[in-house]
Amino acid sequence: MKAVCWQGTNNVQVETVPDPKILNPRDAIVKITTTAICGSDLHLYNGFNPTMQKGDILGHEFMGEVVELGSAVKNVKIGDRVVVPFTISCGSCFFCNRDLWSLCDNSNPNAWMVEKVMGHSPSGLFGYSHMTGGYAGGQAEYARVPFADVGLFKIPDGLTDEQVVFLTDIFPTGYMAAENCDIQPGDTVAIWGCGPVGQFAIRSAFMLGADRVIAIDRVPERLQMAKDGGAEILNYEEIEVGDALKEMTGGRGPDSVMDAVGMEAHGMGLEGFYDKAMQAVKLETDRPNVLRQAIVACRKGGTVSVPGVYTGFVDKMPMGAFMNKGLTMKTGQTHVHRYLQPLVDRVQKGEIDPSFVITHSLPLEQAPHGYEIFKHKKDNCIKIVLKPGQAA
Amino acid sequence: MLKTNQEAIEMELTSSSNSDLQSDRSGNISDTERWGSLITGGALVLTGLSQRSLRGALLALAGGGLAYHGATGQKSLQDKVTEATGLDKNIRVEKTVTIQNKSPEELYRFWHDFENLPTFMKHLKSVTIIDETRSHWVANAPLDTSVEWDAQIVTDRENELITWTSVEGADVDNSGMVRFKSTDRGTEVKVVIEYSPPGGGLTAAIAKVFGEEPEQQLGDDLRRFKMLMEAGEIATTEGQPSGHK
Repeated sequence: MKAVCWQGTNNVQVETVPDPKILNPRDAIVKITTTAICGSDLHLYNGFNPTMQKGDILGHEFMGEVVELGSAVKNVKIGDRVVVPFTISCGSCFFCNRDLWSLCDNSNPNAWMVEKVMGHSPSGLFGYSHMTGGYAGGQAEYARVPFADVGLFKIPDGLTDEQVVFLTDIFPTGYMAAENCDIQPGDTVAIWGCGPVGQFAIRSAFMLGADRVIAIDRVPERLQMAKDGGAEILNYEEIEVGDALKEMTGGRGPDSVMDAVGMEAHGMGLEGFYDKAMQAVKLETDRPNVLRQAIVACRKGGTVSVPGVYTGFVDKMPMGAFMNKGLTMKTGQTHVHRYLQPLVDRVQKGEIDPSFVITHSLPLEQAPHGYEIFKHKKDNCIKIVLKPGQAA
Repeated sequence: MLKTNQEAIEMELTSSSNSDLQSDRSGNISDTERWGSLITGGALVLTGLSQRSLRGALLALAGGGLAYHGATGQKSLQDKVTEATGLDKNIRVEKTVTIQNKSPEELYRFWHDFENLPTFMKHLKSVTIIDETRSHWVANAPLDTSVEWDAQIVTDRENELITWTSVEGADVDNSGMVRFKSTDRGTEVKVVIEYSPPGGGLTAAIAKVFGEEPEQQLGDDLRRFKMLMEAGEIATTEGQPSGHK
């Protein structure tokens, strides 16, 4: 089959690799009809994850049709149309039992790698480095899905791939990030980052009752999309965001803030230079510019929600502000399984059509071009879906 | 370590001469007494063993009933030699996992069939049951070789505790215990394994067999046990496609 393989920093290639096989009784093989490039794939593309190996198949947002089943999978059948959560969950451990699917105890065969750094391992993830299991990803013609009896979600008839493919990650991720904001009626939410997750977070914040959403970015087409979603917008290259947020909220600050950017945030001025230098010489692994700003901007007693991906250590956290202002921080990889049915219901009821975020639909073979324009925000690119089997 | 072995030897002598564990001798008798009451009482406080020989403790506790006891005198002599040559370093690792939705009974039953152990203990090639208490263990070693030993169950408390130790003639002396404890968060499984690498050229091979990082190896083994018990299978990516060149 054809698959998008990581070959090094800023180097992905579409290669011919063996087809996946059933390896365990709870496995399934899915023929992929639509897959996507995620913002967090860029962290891998940009070389920020030390546990990538040459040849690893990328991709953790994918859906398709079941073509093969392991002996223990009874609840789906061959031919079913399914979406696949990017988090791999066994469904029977302490964490899965508590609806904390991204913290599954049993799905990461390389848990020891993470434990050395984080103390405990989160769940395995598709196509997302060896630290999170080393599972082959879904930017390919076929993928093996472990724990398929809990990891495959059947799609109701009448919905297109484009409407449901983002249930694998970015829609639930934006939704959970908004849920983590603990939104009360009348609340104002400030969201740093208007990439795809930020876009879903904006719309989810309104669905959960936010009065105002203020969205922060610098890319014009992203800001426009945020505005289309009902947000007020701030371009951080043109305005001092902290001051602006204070003014916009009567001096109080937003009730909750969200870092939908993560480890590769672009900093401004001296602080940005500092983090870039620290990261370059490996004194810090992640650049927390947005997280710092968000903590300082949040109103007293407010909530900081972090859907942005961090993998290691950050430096110079404003702990004084965090503690003295009595803030709460909520984080986590998305518990995708928890949100699938409720979000499908919202799509079916017409409350949201997730396909709004797609700016590019490309054949799988054009993935290298896709990574390039996504990374550099060329060609007004916000979100790319890839179509295996489509003529290149 | 010197003291450790002396204590172990004294205890082995104590047990092999069938003397009463309660008898009032030197200080280590009261230690033995303490371990004895802890283990037989089922409330195993393994941290209390941290500086002492697990094998010695097990042998002492086993009393005079074990078939290989005649050899323990010789073993003491051998221990004295290794002690003198500095090759007396025991390696002990211990790890605990909590397993959901499986009772101590179910876990005990699975573990007690030692032939099941190679399914989740990666370095084990096979375990063959010889009789009710004896089993033959084969572990993978580098260069297509293997390391073998016979093990004897020393303590067997149904649904609660199994301890075992290698008998004389083992390529590497080793001992282990596994304890199953019901808690409101699932069943806690605690494993302690101890082994004494022999000297000479074998040492490097043994280090590979038992893991260059024994703590991590035991941790990974127990994680696989937990996967098998909770999820019914062991998560793997071996055999999946990639574009490795």
